[in-house]
Amino acid sequence: MPLKLERQENVPLAGLVAAPFVALAVTLVVGTVMFAVMGRDPVEAFRIYFVDPLSDAYTLQELVVKAGPLLLIGIGLAFCYRANRWNIGAEGQYVAGALAGSWLALATHGTEAGPWVLPAMLVLGALGGAAYGLIPALLRVRFGASEILTSLMLVYVAQLGLDYLVRGPWRDPAGFNFPQSVSFDAVATMPLLLGEGRLHAGIVIGLIAVAAATFVLGRTLVGFSIELGGSAPRAAAFAGFHEKRVTYGVFAVSGALAGLAGIIEVAGPIGNLQPSISPGYGFTAIIAAMLGRLHPVGILVASLVLALTYIGGEAAQISLRMPFDVTRVFQGTLLFAILAADVLVRYRIRRVEGTRHA
Amino acid sequence: MRKILSLALGLAAGAALAGAGALPASAAEKLKAAWVYVGPVGDFGYSYQHDQGRKAVEKAFGDKVETTFVENVQEGPDAERVIEQLARAGNKLIFTTSFGFMEPTLKVAKRFPNVHFEHATGYKRAANVATYNAKFHEGRYILGQIAAKMSKAGTVGYIASFPIPEVISGIDSFMLGAQSVKPDMKVKIVWVNSWFDPAKEADAAKALIDQGADIIAQHTDSPAAMQAAEQRGVKAFGQSSDMIQFGPKAQLTAIVDDWAPYYVQRVQEQLDGKWSSTDTWDGLKEGVVHMADYTNMPDDVKRMAEETEAAIKSGALHPFKGPVYKQDGTLMVKEGEVMSDKDILSLNWYVKGIDDKVPGQ
Repeated sequence: MPLKLERQENVPLAGLVAAPFVALAVTLVVGTVMFAVMGRDPVEAFRIYFVDPLSDAYTLQELVVKAGPLLLIGIGLAFCYRANRWNIGAEGQYVAGALAGSWLALATHGTEAGPWVLPAMLVLGALGGAAYGLIPALLRVRFGASEILTSLMLVYVAQLGLDYLVRGPWRDPAGFNFPQSVSFDAVATMPLLLGEGRLHAGIVIGLIAVAAATFVLGRTLVGFSIELGGSAPRAAAFAGFHEKRVTYGVFAVSGALAGLAGIIEVAGPIGNLQPSISPGYGFTAIIAAMLGRLHPVGILVASLVLALTYIGGEAAQISLRMPFDVTRVFQGTLLFAILAADVLVRYRIRRVEGTRHA
Repeated sequence: MRKILSLALGLAAGAALAGAGALPASAAEKLKAAWVYVGPVGDFGYSYQHDQGRKAVEKAFGDKVETTFVENVQEGPDAERVIEQLARAGNKLIFTTSFGFMEPTLKVAKRFPNVHFEHATGYKRAANVATYNAKFHEGRYILGQIAAKMSKAGTVGYIASFPIPEVISGIDSFMLGAQSVKPDMKVKIVWVNSWFDPAKEADAAKALIDQGADIIAQHTDSPAAMQAAEQRGVKAFGQSSDMIQFGPKAQLTAIVDDWAPYYVQRVQEQLDGKWSSTDTWDGLKEGVVHMADYTNMPDDVKRMAEETEAAIKSGALHPFKGPVYKQDGTLMVKEGEVMSDKDILSLNWYVKGIDDKVPGQ
């Protein structure tokens, strides 16, 4: 019996509001069974997962720190995905931005350079990420190469470039040959917002990005041309929008925001260059962008939800001695339920009769 | 009444274990200790061995100690959060077991002066941060000797992870051992740039065998190379864990990390209130490094290996005893001297006879 998903014309508002709660309820049911089978108290588990991280000043800060890079990268990806350009390589642009910005931090290390260093690093990071993001755009426009493949493969190039630099030319000479750069000077480090904890100025940049992107995507001609180019390319062409310009534009914005996230992370919580500077933020941000329905505010919420599942998962490992894999399965269950609820609200499942092929 | 009794029992047990008889500061209170691993505990290699050490602590101290671990922790900003959460959760002794946890450990330690931290394989310490490592290179000297005896081709394949001193000194020690048996022994080295990547490790092993190596040595954490050697009918050495189950016909021996004695000792010191920031670097003698059974080799080779092992344990033999020459022929350690621990820990050059270049130099 073949089934078909049919888009609903008028999605009831009540359904849209209820969907996340239904998803949460489903997750709770699945989680209860899972935790009970594991021999853990489900109520306790949910408290540690969802309530504790939100009721403690320290973990709240950590939540924001973790969500920060997801938010910036996710907003950039929304530009690409709205235009139907599939940038899968944000992870590489993140690394490229981190490298470009770190170059200045290392070049001025130990000198009397003033407070201009950090802002300059951020600009360099954004430019580095944008330049790296423009490569797949160029390959697509000029040669018709699939940007999905080229952007993804450039991730590995960037990671190996970072690897080479921290083991070779940028290695801390006093570091016993260990692969990492010197720690950045104070003028090359993100300022902390509160006395205690790790909350740094990066989130302010993230919130500015949310506001700016909401405005550009929702209220300007540029945003409209991106949207239209993605959903109706021919109509966009008739309207006089340049497809190539849109391709370059969205990749540049996406790369710049990913690069900015990279340099903020390196100049913030990490503090120097290391062989690994991202636990896959560039890929996780794809989930954040999709969960947030490509809307900046939605992505802000989605980033916080994703960060919560990571931090809750760690807390569950620590307090409940839950294995790492179980926490990941639980995270997957939650994401699956949210996406499924979303689809079921917006689409109707229809039985298709009489279309069976011989 | 029962409380007093159990307190007395606890005190007595603590004193008995302490040996010296010093009264523990908080015998009735449970000590919470935690471990942070870079890989999964099921890697059958490095993280697995650390977790065996944690289990040994649980067994030795029973309900006086409560242990926790977090596995698969990324080196980087996530590590700092995990370590901080462990400190906030009331753990008083925290072991961070990978090199990349060095800076995060120090950062958290600064904020928790009353919590004690132990970082494995690093070199930075603080008043409440100790470091510990093992002299893996001692075992590698024995491997080199066995390889030189067993290899018909005269070429050994070496799968290396990262060009850091621990790995370079391992290669040097291996070759010094090999040269002590067969001066013209050759080594081919492949860098996989990972501690744990079974697919890459297996590929490296196959490539080395194709290039004529008939013995495989590795400084990576999975048993993949051992399995490849078993399939291709060549011999190999295990790493971190005894990998005989993966290479019943291939494994000659393995360098096994045994952190249990160290962990038990440090937890005991913590319980006694005698913990201090130390830099521990033990080897074969102390049992932190030990050799798996010598298998798949003739008796005379086995005897040689056992004699070398005994000589290293007794101190009669030092893998880096002079004369040791650098690749270009410079004399680095004079006849009758041995290389200092400090020099071994920062070693970044190959000994004479290795026809290769240290990456990044």
